[in-house]
Amino acid sequence: MSSPTAETVVKQTAVVRPTLRVRRARFARAHPMLWMLASRLVIGAFTIVAVAAIVYFATTVLPGNAAVATLGQNATPERVAALEKRLHLDEPVLTRFSGWVTLAVQGRFGTSLVNGKDVVEYVAPKLVNSAVLVAITSVIAAIVGLGSGALAALRRDKPVDHVTSVAALVASSLPEYVVAVFMVILFAVNVFQWFPAVSVLPPGTWPWEQPEKLVLPVLSLLIVVVPYIMRMTRAATIEALESEYVQMARLKGAPGWRVVMLHAFPNALAPAIQVVALNVLYLAGGIVLIEMVFAYPGIGAALVSAVLTRDIPVVQFIALVLALVYVIVNIVTDALVLLVTPRRRLPR
Amino acid sequence: MNRKGQAEQNGQRAMGARSPRAFRGGIGLLVTTARTKRGRVAAALILVVLLIAFIGPFVAPYDPNQFVTTTFAKPTAQHWLGGDVIGRDVFSRVLSGGWSLLLLAVAATLLGMIVGTASGVVGAYYPGWADSVVMRTVDIMLAFPQIVFALILMSIVGPKVWLLILAVGLTHAPQVARVIRSAALDICERDFVKAAQAWGIPGRTVMLRSIVPNLVTPLMVEVGLRLSYSIIVISGLAFLGFGTQPPTPDWGRMISENRIGLLSNLWATVAPAVFLGIVGVATNTFADAVARVSLGVEGAEVSVVLDSASRVGLAEATSPSISAE
Repeated sequence: MSSPTAETVVKQTAVVRPTLRVRRARFARAHPMLWMLASRLVIGAFTIVAVAAIVYFATTVLPGNAAVATLGQNATPERVAALEKRLHLDEPVLTRFSGWVTLAVQGRFGTSLVNGKDVVEYVAPKLVNSAVLVAITSVIAAIVGLGSGALAALRRDKPVDHVTSVAALVASSLPEYVVAVFMVILFAVNVFQWFPAVSVLPPGTWPWEQPEKLVLPVLSLLIVVVPYIMRMTRAATIEALESEYVQMARLKGAPGWRVVMLHAFPNALAPAIQVVALNVLYLAGGIVLIEMVFAYPGIGAALVSAVLTRDIPVVQFIALVLALVYVIVNIVTDALVLLVTPRRRLPR
Repeated sequence: MNRKGQAEQNGQRAMGARSPRAFRGGIGLLVTTARTKRGRVAAALILVVLLIAFIGPFVAPYDPNQFVTTTFAKPTAQHWLGGDVIGRDVFSRVLSGGWSLLLLAVAATLLGMIVGTASGVVGAYYPGWADSVVMRTVDIMLAFPQIVFALILMSIVGPKVWLLILAVGLTHAPQVARVIRSAALDICERDFVKAAQAWGIPGRTVMLRSIVPNLVTPLMVEVGLRLSYSIIVISGLAFLGFGTQPPTPDWGRMISENRIGLLSNLWATVAPAVFLGIVGVATNTFADAVARVSLGVEGAEVSVVLDSASRVGLAEATSPSISAE
């Protein structure tokens, strides 16, 4: 009688050690911030691995043979065989993939099939150029978009609001390269000759040394991006202004600026951060066309020329870099949103 | 808030609380939209573009592929918009260059809507592994910007028209799936779906007969938005040289071909650019008008927020269900 039966032992352990699921849920309630970051990191890592697999298999395993595709239909069998060997196309698929991943983790993505340079060395300066373009555009777009959006919300249903909302709708529905072409016509070639029509950077120079070459690309991107930020900020601000806590603040007699700055603004901040992040991510795709219009040496233009020449290692690397940017921006955004919305951070 | 609460919230937005009877069918929604000011302007613009794109090839004064004038000739009485980069008539090429873009965009939109709606409804109807598979696939696909995804596909097979439709259609699918899933989650909870299930009607029939017809409003809004994105992406790919192949006239490619002659003949570049601009503005404005009618004015702004969030995969993150249930 004194010795516990097997059944009670099981029961006791079940009580003392809750299942993993329950413990996970408890941890999540106690530390929402840590939990969010941890789960986002796991999902992000999973996304990167999945993206790497998809990109790798799509570009090297799927129809046709990468070697034939690169060399063209008239390639001699010997040349095809040589390139197959160089791309390791003659080995089993999984061996190739694991070998590719091992090298990729060390930052080695092979050499470009077109110019023979190391992929990372070839793409890195272009990555910097694109990052400069995206960073400048994002900062200006955030300031202009958030400001004008909040202003439109405060002047709601007045003529200014109607005019800006129609203008925003029109601007946001123009394809970005059409905007860019009109920018070139207006400010570079036909009407005014203020800025260069192409933004070619001589090798070894950086965009910040030649700011005049950045003006038109940045302006074109701004025209496409700012309306989105503006419309969303306007909606978020109106939602905050119509909330019960803002009405309460007004009823208790708080001055107008105080209501807007201390009651409405902090609550519109989270959507605003998300909006800006969304547009950073949108720019990751938007720069492709803009860089092509202005012959700006960034990763978008590099991707297009790599696709045209079937330069597969370069395509793989740029696709991975873009996926990495996506994951990082998502995690940073979520963390910032939690920072500015204390009620989501608190243990429940 | 749990998933159901979120779905209810989305459902209220999606189903439109204003006057449900008026929007029973998609036609009613379109008619109501066409009666609003924005809707009327957009519909008129779309009609003009359609007329030009589909009647244009038959009334073009010259063969769009014949060399009938000189390189970048200035506009004359014979050649209203002058000559292009190799001396073809720009006016004829503009008239003949629109229909391919519009057909491709419609095809890509339909493909994206069908794949997206199917996976969204299945994900909502079968919570569990089917839902997880759909949503994780959506997450991964959203990690690529739309045009980058299309470019990667192009790098495998090369520029082919069917691949263009497939690539653009597939990039729409995850975004459609997200929106439709959240709208369908709400409908799956309704009594008539439960009743159909209790009768032992197979899931496929329940989804087709009971759930999809109730998604008309979000579907209409999505079709409009996807169509305008299709046009932007496909014309962008054409501009990059991945669309229809030369010498077929194409507005997107005309811009890239004739850009070098801006100083000699501005119109060779401006004319196709203006038409692309009108197409983009018209479809987007109409989509916006549909959203305004079905969701209310503020709802439309919110749908812009939600839509762009779904465009890059933040919708889940922005919902209040961040920390575990």
